[in-house]
Amino acid sequence: MSDVTSQTWTPATDEYQAVLAGLRETVGACMQCGTCTASCPNEFAMDISPRRMWRMIQFGMLDEILESRTFWLCSSCYMCTLRCPRGLKLTSAMGALKRLARLDGSPRARKNGAFYEAFMADVEANGRVQEASMMNGYFLRRRDPTLPLSFIPLGLKMLSKGKLHLPSHAQRGRLGPMFAKARQMEVGS
Amino acid sequence: MKYAYYPGCSLSESAKEFDVSVRAVMDRLGIELSDIPDWTCCGASAAEPVSRLMNYALPARNLAVAEKDMGGMDVLAPCSACYLNLLKVNREVVADRHLHGRVNEVLAASGLTYRGEVRVRHLLDVLLNDVGAAIVAQKVTDGLAGMKLAPYYGCQILRPYRVFDDPGKPTSMEPIITALGAEVHEWDCGNRCCGASLMVGHRDVAMRSVAAILAEAEGADAVVTVCPLCQMNLEAYQAQAVRMGGRRVPVLYLSQVMGMALGLGEDGVQLGKNLTLTAGGRKRITTRAWRTEVQPGGEAGRQEGENNLNKGASHV
Repeated sequence: MSDVTSQTWTPATDEYQAVLAGLRETVGACMQCGTCTASCPNEFAMDISPRRMWRMIQFGMLDEILESRTFWLCSSCYMCTLRCPRGLKLTSAMGALKRLARLDGSPRARKNGAFYEAFMADVEANGRVQEASMMNGYFLRRRDPTLPLSFIPLGLKMLSKGKLHLPSHAQRGRLGPMFAKARQMEVGS
Repeated sequence: MKYAYYPGCSLSESAKEFDVSVRAVMDRLGIELSDIPDWTCCGASAAEPVSRLMNYALPARNLAVAEKDMGGMDVLAPCSACYLNLLKVNREVVADRHLHGRVNEVLAASGLTYRGEVRVRHLLDVLLNDVGAAIVAQKVTDGLAGMKLAPYYGCQILRPYRVFDDPGKPTSMEPIITALGAEVHEWDCGNRCCGASLMVGHRDVAMRSVAAILAEAEGADAVVTVCPLCQMNLEAYQAQAVRMGGRRVPVLYLSQVMGMALGLGEDGVQLGKNLTLTAGGRKRITTRAWRTEVQPGGEAGRQEGENNLNKGASHV
């Protein structure tokens, strides 16, 4: 394995700039009508409304953006994308904000992104998501010993229905080469 | 009719009953499903926050395999997230030469390439437009007369791409529910987000959506859905949702209620696999207790018109 492909998803300035440039392009035409904010089912829990978030991207207020919890609360329902009168891909912009925060690597980003990281690590290892091993990976990343307790009722229910089992190895490693290639390309982009 | 079947990870694990009932129902309707060989995960909604390229390459790999090995058959996906991710490849990648080249560069690491010639279909699209409600109605042996079902579509089969239904006011499940002999529960929550994976990291936020949806299901005998994540969120957390104003109601897959009406039995319907459907609830469904349910007024039997009036009155 070459040096490049053995790296993990490390922050790279180039990649960071590429995500930021993509974001500016995605929301550049936002006219601040606020239809996105009014359509968002999770807006009540956000510290900055989606409409303000797009403006902050236009202004390049990077520090304030990365301190916000807004984009972590996007559940990808696409209601804002559907209704945006300018036809902007706002749900994709929320996804790009998550990637930007991930590259920034703050403790808050590690906590909020832990589920996505655990999910993708499991996909990379097993080819298909194995719910039990994916949740284990999630708990390890969160480093909160009380967190697994809140999932015990669901875990027991799944166990009683025969829905928890050891990882299947049928597709193990199948996606390794693609993950390595994508990593190499994204770091260099 | 024959389709390249992409079950996806959920249907192999927590939503096993969805997979089993889809296969059984499709078989009964004369549709042949053949699995995409060695299919892998589509990335769900977890790939986009981690890697833009893998968000496209993961689903594209499965389309590439279908294109190479399955003779241009339409791909059928029952899971909403799988369907959207696969569809996104056709809509966003194939239409963008630069991105298409980059995604194919990733696929080349596994010796694959995707030209963009496979059509992606959702289960509901196939049931409605290829099979048709009339054929479903013909196959019904054990109609669900008197049962009131709340159609819950979720988000990702409706949005962002308008394909087979109205993303703002979906109706595609209604002809099928009617064909089964059941009634449609009228509500505005059919396309409202259940919180999706926020249930894992921000449960308090997702619970509010779940409780609001379950409260609106008042009057329905069951909620029917076609999304494994919606089904899990709406069903598995009902104890908490009740404390926030929701109400307890069975949440079943559309394919499960179809299986009941098509006379498939527990082997094909698998109500026993639903996470929180209690023994009592299961018995009420399998014995069709909704037909003779005792109304609050004390009279047995369910006169439809009168029953609806009663329900209206209790809301006022």
